[in-house]
Amino acid sequence: MNKVTHTSVAHDSAEKHVSGRATYIDDMVEPACTCHASLGLSERAHAKIISLDLETVRGAPGVVAVLTEKDIPGHNDISPTGLNDEPVFATDEVQFFGQPLFCVVAETREQARRAARLAKVVYEDLPGALTIAQAEEAGSALVTAPLTLRRSDAEKAMESARHSLSGTMEIGGQDHFYLEGQIAFAIPGEDEDVTVYSSTQHPSEVQHMVAGALNVRSNAVTVKVRRMGGGFGGKETQSNLFAVAAALAAKKLGRAVKIRPDRDDDMVATGKRHDFVVAYEVGYDESGKISAVKGDFAARCGFSADLSGPVTDRALFHADNAYFYPAVELKSRPLKTNTVSNTAFRGFGGPQGVLGAERIIEEIAYALGKDPLEVRKANFYGTDSDNITPYHQEVTDNIIQRIVDELEASSDYQKRREEIVAFNKTGGIIRRGIALTPVKFGISFTATWYNQAGALVHIYSDGSVHLNHGGTEMGQGLNIKVAQVVADAFGLSLAEIKITATATDKVPNTSATAASSGSDLNGMAALNGAEQIKARLVAFATEKYGCSANEVNFAGGRVQAGAEGFAFADFIKQAYMGRVQLSASGFYKTPDIHWDRDKGEGRPFFYFAYGASVSEVSIDTLTGEYMVDRVDILHDVGKSLNPAIDRGQVEGGFIQGMGWLTSEELFWNEEGRLMSHAPSTYKIPLASDVPRIFNVELAEWSTNPERTIKRSKAVGEPPLMLAASVVEAVSMAVASVADYKICPCLDTPVTPERVLMAVTRLQGAGGR
Amino acid sequence: MVSGSRRKSIRFWLNDELVELFDLPPTLTLLDFLRLNKRLTGTKEGCAEGDCGACTVLVGRLREGGLTYESVTACIRFVASLDGCHVVSIEHLRGAEGQLHPVQRALVTHHGSQCGFCTPGIVMSLYALWMENSSPVVSEIEEALQGNLCRCTGYSPIVRAALTASEAGGQSGDMLVAERAKMVEKLTALQDKRRVEIRNDEGGIILPADVNDLAEVLVENPHATIVAGATDVGLWVTKQMREISPVVFIGHLKQLRLIVADEDAVSIGAGVTYTDFLPVIAEKFPQLRAFWSRIGGQQVRNMGTIGGNVANGSPIGDTPPVLIALGAAITLRKGDKRRFVRLEDYFISYGKQDRDRSEFIESISIPYPGAGEKLAVYKISKRRDEDISALCGAFRLKLDEDNRVAEISIVFGGMAATPKRAAAVEKALLGKEWNEANVSAALRAFGEDYQPLSDVRASAEYRLLAAQNLLKRFYLETIGERRELKRGAA
Repeated sequence: MNKVTHTSVAHDSAEKHVSGRATYIDDMVEPACTCHASLGLSERAHAKIISLDLETVRGAPGVVAVLTEKDIPGHNDISPTGLNDEPVFATDEVQFFGQPLFCVVAETREQARRAARLAKVVYEDLPGALTIAQAEEAGSALVTAPLTLRRSDAEKAMESARHSLSGTMEIGGQDHFYLEGQIAFAIPGEDEDVTVYSSTQHPSEVQHMVAGALNVRSNAVTVKVRRMGGGFGGKETQSNLFAVAAALAAKKLGRAVKIRPDRDDDMVATGKRHDFVVAYEVGYDESGKISAVKGDFAARCGFSADLSGPVTDRALFHADNAYFYPAVELKSRPLKTNTVSNTAFRGFGGPQGVLGAERIIEEIAYALGKDPLEVRKANFYGTDSDNITPYHQEVTDNIIQRIVDELEASSDYQKRREEIVAFNKTGGIIRRGIALTPVKFGISFTATWYNQAGALVHIYSDGSVHLNHGGTEMGQGLNIKVAQVVADAFGLSLAEIKITATATDKVPNTSATAASSGSDLNGMAALNGAEQIKARLVAFATEKYGCSANEVNFAGGRVQAGAEGFAFADFIKQAYMGRVQLSASGFYKTPDIHWDRDKGEGRPFFYFAYGASVSEVSIDTLTGEYMVDRVDILHDVGKSLNPAIDRGQVEGGFIQGMGWLTSEELFWNEEGRLMSHAPSTYKIPLASDVPRIFNVELAEWSTNPERTIKRSKAVGEPPLMLAASVVEAVSMAVASVADYKICPCLDTPVTPERVLMAVTRLQGAGGR
Repeated sequence: MVSGSRRKSIRFWLNDELVELFDLPPTLTLLDFLRLNKRLTGTKEGCAEGDCGACTVLVGRLREGGLTYESVTACIRFVASLDGCHVVSIEHLRGAEGQLHPVQRALVTHHGSQCGFCTPGIVMSLYALWMENSSPVVSEIEEALQGNLCRCTGYSPIVRAALTASEAGGQSGDMLVAERAKMVEKLTALQDKRRVEIRNDEGGIILPADVNDLAEVLVENPHATIVAGATDVGLWVTKQMREISPVVFIGHLKQLRLIVADEDAVSIGAGVTYTDFLPVIAEKFPQLRAFWSRIGGQQVRNMGTIGGNVANGSPIGDTPPVLIALGAAITLRKGDKRRFVRLEDYFISYGKQDRDRSEFIESISIPYPGAGEKLAVYKISKRRDEDISALCGAFRLKLDEDNRVAEISIVFGGMAATPKRAAAVEKALLGKEWNEANVSAALRAFGEDYQPLSDVRASAEYRLLAAQNLLKRFYLETIGERRELKRGAA
């Protein structure tokens, strides 16, 4: 039998997905008398709570209980940083429109939702800041310590640069729009115990938050997650609120309690991708080669820190993208605003950093009258020199030149660009643009201690294998990849491997399934577990059958021990009778990484993943509407564990990134109320937004020089940033109305409105 | 209507089970009924507003010419509106021998699911397409999926699957196709032509027996909420939690779904859906064909009615601008009395229409554009498909022999509190020669006609500029310079 790793086997739940038999939390059978909870949300962005009258809520039909901060036996806090800045329920003051004030529990979900609207709250408004500009004007605090990355003397290099330019770019946020919204389902147990089914990427953190709120030890709380209906970072910390609310209610009432917010409440009350204002200054020469970069990354963090520290850090880590900056100074400013606390989202600040880098390149190109691709090539990291990042890590695995060269050729970039320039010369309403942008993305949690994972592997005496690990399945195919690795370790088919729900009582102290690290970490941990059992089985075989260790072989569902061969199940039965331990907990920690945040130096990343994309668009200069006509991608996933799954991540990541940069616009009104709070007002891409020509290839020649799981590379986040080429292609089409003399400097998302306004601005500036 | 001959239950087929409900709230949604009452949990809730498609199921209804199945969003579909229908959920979908259906098999083969939460809805939408057209092309697949959001896959593998579903097996292997004749019998047996009236603590449900009965019902219940497709009212319930009882359901009334094409105009019943009207659009109003597929998603077009789009008075409804431009008129009926109102006069102010209590829109008469007349409608939205207009402009122009403007209608949605004609712009053009200079000169008048708002969809500044540019576009098209973005026009 052939090995299953490096093959395109289907997602383990594919048949269940298509037949509606995959169980999500809301599909679980409910115990008798299950209650349903709903949150009461603030209707002010920043205000003192003068009074909170919940009598009408309590008296509403079906209401069983109303919980406020007074009902929390432990900490009224769910801040993942330990900064104690994020209450479960607001107490004296509300800090954003949509902040939870209380939780009402009723017999039915509808009753709970109705009752939640009946609270009588008297507020006294306080001054606040909603946007980055307002926060700057008001001199708002930072939610967490900023970061500076510095190498060489940027100031001096800037002064001696032949040319320099500066600018700013506004980058909008993004709602995760996981199709399955937030949900938690808590079932009380004996003593202080509670089991919480949570749609979370971070079961261990949910466990600790629930324990903290209940004032119990972590060993009383079990958190389980079989699968999520999408996560994208939106369930890394944002699940905590719902899990804590459900657990509080369940322990108080002694009944099972489920909380599933309506989509509108979900979008209003949970954090999103950070919007940024990036201010940059760059020094360069005639060839476009950069000599100095200064960057200021101001982020709208919302009212609390949440993950804004590491998110803004990662923005700086990617402010170089694939380019060598000889002298550089980058600063983050994680600003406090009276908006929902922004959080992790696929790329985790990296995409905003990448956009800043690409804007700098684009500006240089327009200033010099060059194709931006030429400027890119002039600045790519080298392999032996010019390979030190702003955080002083040496780039040792650089393949960006090869990726870009191959894509440039396969997409016929040069010829198409010439043709587009010629087309635009003819004038007319429709203009076209094309752009090629690269991605280099650092893999590892920058919080170094997160780079560890555990797994639990059992073989039962009938030969069936139970696989468990600390990663969570949100659709990315983590479970099937790990199962592929374990199946091969035992020489079994995938059908013999049972994938089981992530549970804090099986594998403790897990890290979030985030930072694209899922299969890197958990694949290794599971392999380690399997190898421990295998070693015992080999020892057993050598002893029993008098063969040497290298004569014991696991393949094709059989075990060969010297001259003797057995079906795997038969051999396991023998091992069991021979009192061999058939269970192991595996462990893995990423080697060779370290990071000194105070100094801004270290090797935060184990390796880099690379990719590039070419986008071609046409715009309508009368309305600003546009279409993405063609996209070509070449992406590096090392030696792929599962090419079909990886390709899915690349395609899906690109489209999600395209949505972020094109049609997905978050809009708060002047009161701080989110007006784009549902799919009717918040527009993620549809099938008809996908470019008709969409060529996606994996760089099959690539292999990870580091010893990762089967030499694969992480794939979750990097492809999202490939969508930067869409923005730049739109920009080129806009620039054509002024003969490419002016860089349009589009902010994102590039809505039709932004495109039309830019066209109008450029036409006014002497365009045609 | 014979009084006393009333039924006090809602009856429909759910998969292979006959459901009869005597006591149900008028606002019980099909999604809640499936998930909570029947524990059919394959159908998911993603948004509860009919926009994401995770709850897509099929509803079959006896129509002229047989049993028609259409995809609908169960989250905003009220159970009471299903009387006499066959509801098909994902659990019922399978091949003839219980194996995966070809659509499902193709999705597995092409890795069309990742998190899987949208997948049952995607399957049902593709299944509805597959029943009608088992070898679709990409544009047809995209159109069928306009009402389904997927956040993981980027859709490409789903489209690849849909393209090859036909190879996985023919229609003979499909349960619904195989059992269609039997289901027609079963549904026919449910048709008793009686008024359905259910009153309970949670309100009232009335399904009139016919249009005359509807008129009676509304006189008896002047405060009733009329529900046709529920694509708007559904959200009053799921999002605003509004009380709407008693509810009069009209989607089942055959007379309200009549389409009568005369020589000069087509008259449609108020219950005609966007999907019902599509063949007429294709034949009589080909200029509106592309626009028509940008109204909602497929599920919304299957449920939503033109009458409802007009009646609810929204300033951003898709159809009023073009209907006004065409000179459409509506028939309002109260009891036995009818009156005719020009559609442009129907919209009085924001939230206020010329419709009395107990009165309902019975039909809409839409004149065809005259010979030589130019007609166009442009919708601008952040996302091309399944989005609400930031602005929507409709233009109808008649030139005389000297190339002067003999008649012109310019109507915009999204620019004012109601769908509104650009009277000043029209005046500036009327009688003038239809040329670039005169069109440019008329642009100024837009500021007199419209003072649009800034909101989540666009700024006032953009709206005004884009509206002016749409007149430019219309002008260019009339002189033969048709320039538009095209899918796949790389």
